[in-house]
Amino acid sequence: MANKTIKIEILRYRPEQEDKPSPQLFEVPYSPDLTILEALQYIKDHLDSTISFRWSCRMAICGSCGLMVDGVPKLGCKTFLRDYFPNKIKLEALANFPIERDLVVVMDDFINKLEEIKPYIIPEDNTKCLSDGPHQQTPEKLAKYKQYSMCINCGLCYAACPQYALDTKFTGPAALALLARYNRDSRDAGSKQRMKIVNQEEGVWGCTFVGYCSVVCPKGVDPAAAIQLLKVESSKDYLIGMFKPD
Amino acid sequence: MSKRKPYQREVSSKWWLAQAFYSKYMLREGSSIFITLYSLILGWGVFRLSQGEAAFNAWMESLQHPSAIIFHFIALLFAIYHSFTWFSLAPKAMDIWLKGKPLEDKLIVSGHYIAFIIVSVFCLVVIL
Ligand code: SF4
Ligand code: FES
Repeated sequence: MANKTIKIEILRYRPEQEDKPSPQLFEVPYSPDLTILEALQYIKDHLDSTISFRWSCRMAICGSCGLMVDGVPKLGCKTFLRDYFPNKIKLEALANFPIERDLVVVMDDFINKLEEIKPYIIPEDNTKCLSDGPHQQTPEKLAKYKQYSMCINCGLCYAACPQYALDTKFTGPAALALLARYNRDSRDAGSKQRMKIVNQEEGVWGCTFVGYCSVVCPKGVDPAAAIQLLKVESSKDYLIGMFKPD
Repeated sequence: MSKRKPYQREVSSKWWLAQAFYSKYMLREGSSIFITLYSLILGWGVFRLSQGEAAFNAWMESLQHPSAIIFHFIALLFAIYHSFTWFSLAPKAMDIWLKGKPLEDKLIVSGHYIAFIIVSVFCLVVIL
């Protein structure tokens, strides 16, 4: 086992000194229990302290450490060197987002989209007073949206989405899954407001059902399913609107 | 002063070759070209039928040409590929709940195959 190493090539970008990214090769000690994130920390501690990358929880829950591993969007903390060893690993900042520096991307557009879809419960008008206590929900009602509420906002699905790559106006997988999460919640009465977002060209109809978002999602959210189900809702909405315009 | 200068990467026109998953998707989408052509040829046949027996027979004749046979063979392969890929995606577009539980993906997919087989057998029986 002694002294095994693995090569890691990182696409670096230092805006203050270069105009475009370029790869840099590192060699780090290999062990089967090391994650990509730990390898990056080794590089920062021992080889090059200027390398930039994001992380926080180290346990696939904060959604900070997304990056491209050999061209596939992954969480650095949930991806192990052993699955690539002895081959060289290529790391690059999350695709489809602008690179801020090295492996850090600008996520503003993604965060704005999450906010745009009204990600909060919109209760029915003055039906309940605070003193009436919490809204009750059965496990079955919870099951209707639970999967879509598991998103950690890592952005891997956006990096996997060719439609978002071609046109960032597309609302995109995670935001639409989050929208579905609220529309499917029995305590929520905001569907009508959100259907306006769903029905747009940039809403669900920007999706051509590539389906890769659901493959790369580390939390089993299945945003592709959320979007296809919203397409069904959007079609119903359209048909109803033809007979009952409001 | 801020040194920020976010770098926007270009999308290569060959993006769909970068991952096998994307290539398969493009194949699925591309299959619709063949299916469209097939439908047009079929539609043309219906039009020829409206022009009388001789016209229809001439159309039938033209389908015997090797290039027509090769085309139909390729179109069949694409149609099968298209159907099977859609069957496997079908559970994502269906929201069926039984006794408070979502219907299993396996059941939805096999339901599609069963319907496909029944319709195919029915059509074959009608033709033969
Ligand atoms: S849907 Fe999945 S891949 Fe997309 S941001 Fe949420 S957790 Fe990440
Ligand atoms: S460090 Fe939090 S998800 Fe990877």
